[in-house]
Amino acid sequence: MTDTATAFSDEEARVGVPAIAGFTEEGENLSPLNEDSSPLGGDASKAHSHGGGAGVPDSSRAGRLTSYQLEDFKALTGREEDWRFTPLKRLGGLHKNAPAGVAPAITSDLSAGARLETTGLDDARVGSAGIPEDRVSANGWNAAAEATVLTIGANAEDVKATLTLTGSGLEAAAQHVVVVAEPNSRAVVVIDHVGSAVVSENIEIDVQEGAELTVVSVQAWEDDSIHASSQQAKIAKDAKFKHIAVTFGGDLVRVTPSARFAGPGATAEMFGLYFADSGQHLEHRLFVDHAQPRCTSNVLYKGALQGKDAHTVWVGDVLIRKEAEGTDSYEANRNLVLTDGARADSVPNLEIETGLIEGAGHASTTGRFDDEHLFYLMSRGIDEKTARRLVVRGFLNEIIQKIGVEELQTRLNETVEAELAATEN
Amino acid sequence: MSTLEIKDLHVSIDTEQGSKEILKGVTLTIKTGETHAIMGPNGSGKSTLASTIAGHPRYNVTSGSITLDGDDVLAMSVDERARAGLFLAMQYPVEVPGVTMTNFLRTAKTAIDGEAPSLRHWTKDVKAAMANLKIDADFAGRNVNEGFSGGEKKRVEILQLELFKPKFAVLDETDSGLDVDALKVVSEGVNRAAESNEMGTLLITHYTRILRYIKPDFVHVFVDGRVAEQGGPDLADRLEEEGYDRFLAVGA
Repeated sequence: MTDTATAFSDEEARVGVPAIAGFTEEGENLSPLNEDSSPLGGDASKAHSHGGGAGVPDSSRAGRLTSYQLEDFKALTGREEDWRFTPLKRLGGLHKNAPAGVAPAITSDLSAGARLETTGLDDARVGSAGIPEDRVSANGWNAAAEATVLTIGANAEDVKATLTLTGSGLEAAAQHVVVVAEPNSRAVVVIDHVGSAVVSENIEIDVQEGAELTVVSVQAWEDDSIHASSQQAKIAKDAKFKHIAVTFGGDLVRVTPSARFAGPGATAEMFGLYFADSGQHLEHRLFVDHAQPRCTSNVLYKGALQGKDAHTVWVGDVLIRKEAEGTDSYEANRNLVLTDGARADSVPNLEIETGLIEGAGHASTTGRFDDEHLFYLMSRGIDEKTARRLVVRGFLNEIIQKIGVEELQTRLNETVEAELAATEN
Repeated sequence: MSTLEIKDLHVSIDTEQGSKEILKGVTLTIKTGETHAIMGPNGSGKSTLASTIAGHPRYNVTSGSITLDGDDVLAMSVDERARAGLFLAMQYPVEVPGVTMTNFLRTAKTAIDGEAPSLRHWTKDVKAAMANLKIDADFAGRNVNEGFSGGEKKRVEILQLELFKPKFAVLDETDSGLDVDALKVVSEGVNRAAESNEMGTLLITHYTRILRYIKPDFVHVFVDGRVAEQGGPDLADRLEEEGYDRFLAVGA
């Protein structure tokens, strides 16, 4: 794969402390990326924000409005920084009216140590780890009829839980899921989205002290589905959180995973895999909020695109706040464009407010299928189709290997095969 | 016995200044069991010949022919050429991320033979070939050429040569960047392949050093896209002493 003109090599992008010109322990005055009139800028960030507020630069992710109240969010125009890539017309009204349809039905497969409840939105665990960051999320938050709460008991080991969310109609709906990993538990949770749905989903993930939690969110919807999913994790002291988003089904899927450190010494790994076909819009917007000292984050999203008007968007916001000394952070997005007519947008954003960090870096590459790879493999007798499959499989396999759930890995390998078979038709 | 025949081959590449002719009429005949050394100064077109035989899309054949036992090689796709029995050991093998050596070798062997190799024999063959070339066993699980040193990449090229058993091998400056020990190991691999498969070898090199270990039957000197002189092994000895100046002076 070749780097595009705007891409950084890993080495160039890895920002070591001494390498930042003009950078001091007091931090850096970030250049304004957004104008005052943007929803992230000016009064929007100051008047209503629960996360930022006065004194936060207008352009900063710290200034992003967060609120449980729908009315705090202005109507969307599509020009907002966080919506500029999303075709609002294809959102199925999730940003407008209160979604009143029936939410996808949840079935579960739980090992010992996991328990599932259905509660009202007034349950204390609702709102414990997340707060809407955009209008669609707030709309869903307020419209959800109930919350599904999955709890991994304290000190439970090797817990496996799968929640399958099956959509059965295209009436706009709202869904709310809370995952609580109690202290020192170890679990892998798969949230599998299948069927047909138009849904605004909020998933809150409360990773408590010393817990190790992996959450895999699979978007395997039917072609007609529309899915906006805010997946927010609060990560306590010394906890380890791994989030993996796998998206290949649906007409429009927009996943916004956030990891917020709530205590020192914690780790967040956020991985993603997406495969966009003709006409699909698959968007992932990450946020890693380093608000605590000595935390580590690592982000890697890989995507393949094929077909006319296949569109993927990846935006990775990493914010290292002034108090987050000793942070070690890296984020990367790699896209492989398999055919003409597809479009990949990739925007890594790194804000650093303290110089006292271990490291912070970002990288983005978007490349075509490399002819030299193809030539090498074909010169060994391998036909072009097989050679392409080898390379694409290899490219995506790096993420699949990180899932650690064998059945799911097998299924995803099969999905990749099916997607590749579709290219050839 | 097979014959690879190159007749009056003209090859050009596209540059920003337009089409540039690199090979200006090359004629060569190689039979299985023979080793031909192609020597010459940098820029004389040696590597272009190698890549053209393999079918690299960068090189445009404007006239002439390449045939393998009468079959038109130029009409074959890159993979068809490999399956017909041609192998190019590349000067700069590329890294293929995400594809393990094990998977790659088995896929290629299956493609070349038209059937999957018997698993038990294949695993044994790969292990033995790796040991012969002093390639660490853990390379099998690594991605193709990823993070390999220059010398390791060359060994892995020869590993493939030994496993795929082509009729004709083109070695494109396989000796460059190798220290003496690696050069010996790699040369032994080429000699083993030549003996066991009655392989024909086209050995492209700038230096005579490798010819101490791989004995050519014929030596061809390339200058400015043509064969300027050919002879037996003694021609290589002469080049060792005199260098290429004599040819370049003529060309100038």
